[in-house]
Amino acid sequence: MTTLLCGHEVAKQITDFLPDAVAVGDGTSVIIKGERLLPVAQFLQNTPGLDFDYLVSITGVDYAGYFEVVYHLTSIKHNHGLILKTRCYSRENPALPSVTSVWRGADFQEREIYDLMGISFSGHPNLRRIFLWEGFPGYPLRRDYL
Amino acid sequence: MALKTEPIVVNIGPQHPSTHGVFRMRVTFDGEVIVDLEPCLGYLHRGIEKLAETRTYTQNIPLTDRLDYLASMTNNLAYVLAVEKLAGVAVPERAEHLRVIMAELMRISSHLMAVGAFLNDCGAFMTPFLYMFREREKILDLFEMVCGQRLTYNYMRIGGVSHDIPDEFLPALRRFIAEMPGFIDEYDQLLASNEILLARAKGVGILPAKLAINTSASGPVLRASGVKWDIRQADPYSVYDRFDFGIPTGEVGDVYDRYWVRIQEMRQSVRILSQAVEQLPSGEVCASMPCLLRPPVGEAYGHIEGPKGELGFYLVSDNSIAPYRFHIRAPTLINLTALRDMTVGWKLADAIIIFGSIDICLAEVDR
Repeated sequence: MTTLLCGHEVAKQITDFLPDAVAVGDGTSVIIKGERLLPVAQFLQNTPGLDFDYLVSITGVDYAGYFEVVYHLTSIKHNHGLILKTRCYSRENPALPSVTSVWRGADFQEREIYDLMGISFSGHPNLRRIFLWEGFPGYPLRRDYL
Repeated sequence: MALKTEPIVVNIGPQHPSTHGVFRMRVTFDGEVIVDLEPCLGYLHRGIEKLAETRTYTQNIPLTDRLDYLASMTNNLAYVLAVEKLAGVAVPERAEHLRVIMAELMRISSHLMAVGAFLNDCGAFMTPFLYMFREREKILDLFEMVCGQRLTYNYMRIGGVSHDIPDEFLPALRRFIAEMPGFIDEYDQLLASNEILLARAKGVGILPAKLAINTSASGPVLRASGVKWDIRQADPYSVYDRFDFGIPTGEVGDVYDRYWVRIQEMRQSVRILSQAVEQLPSGEVCASMPCLLRPPVGEAYGHIEGPKGELGFYLVSDNSIAPYRFHIRAPTLINLTALRDMTVGWKLADAIIIFGSIDICLAEVDR
């Protein structure tokens, strides 16, 4: 059984490494500040005992006031999982750092979020629309797109 | 005198017999050797995620049939598992066993298509494909018995399955379980000892284990690279923890290993099927559910080991009758991430079989 790591404990470990990275850690997930995403991702991948080598999925969710991007991580070595979240509050130019340099599996998934949710990922090697064509008006997966 | 040379860009697809649907590869060649490859997607994008946010939880089950239509049963299963996790629904024992039986039949059917289409790409035109269709037909007959459909089953329900199995189902399934190992031997004998196949497939399109993990590959593609990771055992769902089965893994992660892993997985699926039939309890096949399900506010990620890899559904509920967010973790889309790494340095004909060995379904890639 894949054990889901407790958000509080991982939040504590991340805080020891980067004091200002964690916004909230609750029982099931860790919410971190967007600008600290990349060092936290590297920390989660490389720290012995955590070893999150496998990025399962990335999802963008539009909660009226902010966008939340959810990363489901798994460690194949230890068979444990973590839900990592980050938020961006701008509706005009939401942006986050790309994690493709840490987990290349993020490549198409970040392009998908950029295409359908309109969040751009800085540092992505090929950030273009993936399903819709260039020039498509709007971002269909936003809640205000009807 | 030096000849002037320059790389040439060729579009393979979106209409091409080997792309298994409307998929385009933008390939840059130096002579006949591939120096760059970019998958171009979206020709079959139907906005299923957006559509699902306007329909009730139950109405979304037939939408999942239309993802990977070669594995509709497992798509249904992944979705209802996610909803059950979100809403905290308990499923009757008999329904759990029926789900496992359907999922494993679906896996065999999907692998038969994968292997058949792959051999088609290798140049064994249509003959092996029709051998595979012979057995796939029997599986489709079994599905037709339980739900009346042969492609989009819409069989799973939140809390169970739609119908109990008819009387003629179990004898037909037992016959299938008894015959199938012999047929798998037949494929293996026809193909694995074929020198042309070995020359085309061995050592071609290698995906090292480390890269497979880093690019989030899953399913047979990941296991062919030697990573023993199968969600049925790593994070058991339904009643998979009660069955004894092995996880075949490849050694080098080449095209041949991906073919071999699928053949071996079919054998393991037959093992699971025979155990599930023996253990099949009697009783209800669906829990009693409200007409309009309103799961509590929250989120859930349900995932299964689909025939093509890890199929996951991420659902967010705001306590209304429709999901607030409905995201599909499509295994075939993510398995394509490493396509460029596998094909660069090989020739055009190799790119076709490397692509075929990933086994994708465009309806799921584009959604």
